[in-house]
Amino acid sequence: MLINHPILGPRDAAEFVYKGDASLIHRPDWQAEDAVAQFTDYGYMRDNPAGLHRELWFHEQGDRSWLVVTRDTTTHEITKVELARDVARAEGRSK
Amino acid sequence: MSDFDPFPSEWDNDFAPVLAEDGTKESESMRYSGFKVIKEALTGHRGWGPAWRDATPKAEYDYVIIGGGGHGLATAYYLAKEFKQARIAVVEKGWIGGGNVGRNTTIIRSNYLLDGNEPFYEFSLQLWENLEQELNYNAMVSQRGILNLIHSDAQRDAFVRRGNAMILNGADAELLSTEQIVARYPFLNVNNARFPIKGGLAQHRGGTVRHDAVAWGYARAADQRGVDIIQNCEVTGFRIEDGTCTGVETSRGFIGAKKVASCVAGSSSRLMEKAGMRLPIETQVLQAFVTEGLKPLLPGVITFGAGHFYCSQSDKGGLVFGGDLDGYNSYAQRGNLPVVEDVCEGGMAIFPNLGRARLLRMWGGVMDMSMDGSPIIDRTHIDGLYFNGGWCYGGFKATPASGFAYAHLLATDRPHKTATAFRLDRFATGHMIDEKGVGNQPNLH
Repeated sequence: MLINHPILGPRDAAEFVYKGDASLIHRPDWQAEDAVAQFTDYGYMRDNPAGLHRELWFHEQGDRSWLVVTRDTTTHEITKVELARDVARAEGRSK
Repeated sequence: MSDFDPFPSEWDNDFAPVLAEDGTKESESMRYSGFKVIKEALTGHRGWGPAWRDATPKAEYDYVIIGGGGHGLATAYYLAKEFKQARIAVVEKGWIGGGNVGRNTTIIRSNYLLDGNEPFYEFSLQLWENLEQELNYNAMVSQRGILNLIHSDAQRDAFVRRGNAMILNGADAELLSTEQIVARYPFLNVNNARFPIKGGLAQHRGGTVRHDAVAWGYARAADQRGVDIIQNCEVTGFRIEDGTCTGVETSRGFIGAKKVASCVAGSSSRLMEKAGMRLPIETQVLQAFVTEGLKPLLPGVITFGAGHFYCSQSDKGGLVFGGDLDGYNSYAQRGNLPVVEDVCEGGMAIFPNLGRARLLRMWGGVMDMSMDGSPIIDRTHIDGLYFNGGWCYGGFKATPASGFAYAHLLATDRPHKTATAFRLDRFATGHMIDEKGVGNQPNLH
């Protein structure tokens, strides 16, 4: 697989480490009433879709950026690659 | 092994497996034997019937098992035979045995460390040992032994601990020196500069089984006990009323059921999503490989301890081997080349003459990778709906015990004694069964 890095261009997927579903960006509020249930869900439960999947890849042997890759799990076709930083900021996370 | 008691009396006495012939319904004409083979050879092979009926779905069953793989068929068989249940159907979206039971590297073993796992896998190995007599089917169970190689002092310590855990749970284990290994496997490269072989942990009762024959044997034996095996019947939804599952919608119409049992590892999330459930599972692809047929070379199963590589030689002569997961979510049943390279490098580090063999085929299977690397056999929060999955890439060796334990759960609503830890809620309660200790990162298990 080739991952079209937004900054570096097409890179071999072997340079990356796979983390999992991009919903991991949304760490629950540890002070919420139901924080235990939320963290169980966050840590262990997955949608695991057959089809388009937004997922986190870490460019370990490159610029060490985190990417959000949209990939079809039935064909491995990658349709979108974003910097995880941009995704998190667009959703109002961090500064 | 003569003093080895396959079914210690302290085990679940309600439903100890019946080892002797128990007056099953199969007629003599259907029974396979050497005599039958000779008789058919002399009479033009006109007496062989189909091994199982091509059943059409009835309106209702007591048990509908979704998934005609090894585990689903074994579940149906043990439900009918050990637990004396009737009105059982196995529904399969394609043909039976077309999923992971037909795609694995055929290894059986019970060399686990943790108490939640080891008694279960040892139970499974004991069922394997009697499987062919039990099913009257040649599954080519071959206890040729499995050897896990040791490459460092720390690894020796870990394997000594594992071996002791195995022995404490009634399995067999032996720590071998490098000399003992060289005597059996003279072609191994024990002096690799980076990963020298310092010894190994052997389980002599481990080995290989003809994988397709497991599905066929269970199917035939279940069919003879009245189980309906319904192929080309895809489950498209569950009928759930007031928190109770009353049947499944399928491509061949609605089938009512008192109990519905999901048994579709690899596709568990896709199926259970139709019941509104999310699972602690990621589906990932694992590749396997076979070389051209070679003369007898590799007497047992060997695994590389420093990387990830395992290899055996099939009775047809091909070297069957595999390694790591590709490491990302996939339902594609095919992987990518970097893992092929990694697996072959691992093989070459211990087994240099592998490089002279030509690769014949490679393929991929999709795995239910659970969050702790261990399986799930449990009820769900929906009455009448049961779940079996999360087998990671270790489901084949578990086939008999998985079927037995799942049948126990379905028939009695209590987990089998060896499967009490495989709960769906263990991630919420903190009772993970994490053999490798790597946490909730499925591609590391």
